[in-house]
Amino acid sequence: MTLDAAWAVDWVRRSAATVAEHRDELVELDRQIGDGDHGENMNRGFRAVVAKLDALDAPPASVGDVMRLVATTLMSTVGGAAGPLYGTAYLRASKSGAATALGSDGVVALLEAALDGIVTRGRAHEGEKTMVDAWTPAVAAAVDAADHGAPPSAVLAAAARGAHEGAAATVALVATKGRASYLGERSAGHLDPGARSSELILRAAAEAAAAAD
Amino acid sequence: MTDRWAPVALVLVSHSRALAEGAAEVAAQMAPGVLIVPAGGTDGGGLGTSFDLVEVALRRATDDGRSAVVVADLGSAVLTAESVLELVEGHVAERVRLADAPFVEGAVAAAVTAHGRADLGAVLASAQAAAATFGPVDVERTAPAAAPPAAAGGTSGGATAPVVDDDGSVRATAVLRNPLGLHARPAALIVRMLAHYDAKVQVNGVNAASVLDLMKLGAVKDDVLTVSAQGPQAVEAVTRLVEDVEAGFGEV
Repeated sequence: MTLDAAWAVDWVRRSAATVAEHRDELVELDRQIGDGDHGENMNRGFRAVVAKLDALDAPPASVGDVMRLVATTLMSTVGGAAGPLYGTAYLRASKSGAATALGSDGVVALLEAALDGIVTRGRAHEGEKTMVDAWTPAVAAAVDAADHGAPPSAVLAAAARGAHEGAAATVALVATKGRASYLGERSAGHLDPGARSSELILRAAAEAAAAAD
Repeated sequence: MTDRWAPVALVLVSHSRALAEGAAEVAAQMAPGVLIVPAGGTDGGGLGTSFDLVEVALRRATDDGRSAVVVADLGSAVLTAESVLELVEGHVAERVRLADAPFVEGAVAAAVTAHGRADLGAVLASAQAAAATFGPVDVERTAPAAAPPAAAGGTSGGATAPVVDDDGSVRATAVLRNPLGLHARPAALIVRMLAHYDAKVQVNGVNAASVLDLMKLGAVKDDVLTVSAQGPQAVEAVTRLVEDVEAGFGEV
């Protein structure tokens, strides 16, 4: 069983839906330790992505095509730092996901490319209370699942669990990167909004894969 | 590539459209020969940075074969500029450098250097050197250079003819005549004028090719400036600079 462009489109639509559903939560998380715009920015960005998908004459041919559309749209519409960070993640993913269908190794490569893009663009490392703290355990869990022969949907389910645990662990962290780092010690005790949105998006990927099974 | 603009253009990326346009306006006044393209705010004119606006600005700055230095203000402006550079064609990206520089000071310094038709590396270095002009916070903010006695030359104008020191430097003094002293406009005039001479020139010991260093002197009306220079055209450069200073930069 493999994941194709239809899965990628479904992933993006589910991402838009979950970001819209959690918009207020993301706003509140970001208001506590940032500038309060993450929920609105992400919601605006994914609504623009869905509008572009709806306007396509023909369905995208590959996972890479879908990822590239998401990348360029988020970069242009999100506005805050999440735009270039997520944009670069999807852009790098588009280069790894050029094949029409992804097996478990292809899914791992896509997630690794996305994480690499976030790390490169944000110059962030694990433990700095950022998106990276959700993506790093997600990729580790995906690699582990694929190594044990799991199918793509199970690889993504593992990634979603890893992201959930990683995001939850950001509560205890003191931010040393991004806007929250201005707060220093006071940033501890709050869930990082970027890690939370990363978790939502990876869960959407797993749900889209489960629906395709 | 048309000759109307210097070979290196500037792209100013800010979270705010007004900030980008304002910085471009300030820099353009001091360096009218440089193509300066602002890219501020979101597509809708709100606060933030737009990938599309930055890409359009970058293409406008470079589509005539020109090189460009990008100066960005805060976090996501830098990230957006980097993302654009990752996505544009290699033949464009290779002609563009992203400066690690303070926004306004970097833009002004880069623009004035670019106006002298400096190359990409020199314009980038000029922008990045702008950060050093802030110095440590506890430094006294007074003008560093004590003016030498004005009577040295004994001429009615206060200026002295160029003399050659033992070390081969050409040296002369001149008195600031214009009411506002060595502010941004005359500082830029000096840098742009000196770009035409094959000489290294200092004013009161600071590099006269740096508009920010000149402004930081804080020199005011009636201050005596000591001009020194080295190189094949040192005498010509010093003579011209003394003339410009004594003429009050057209402001008297």
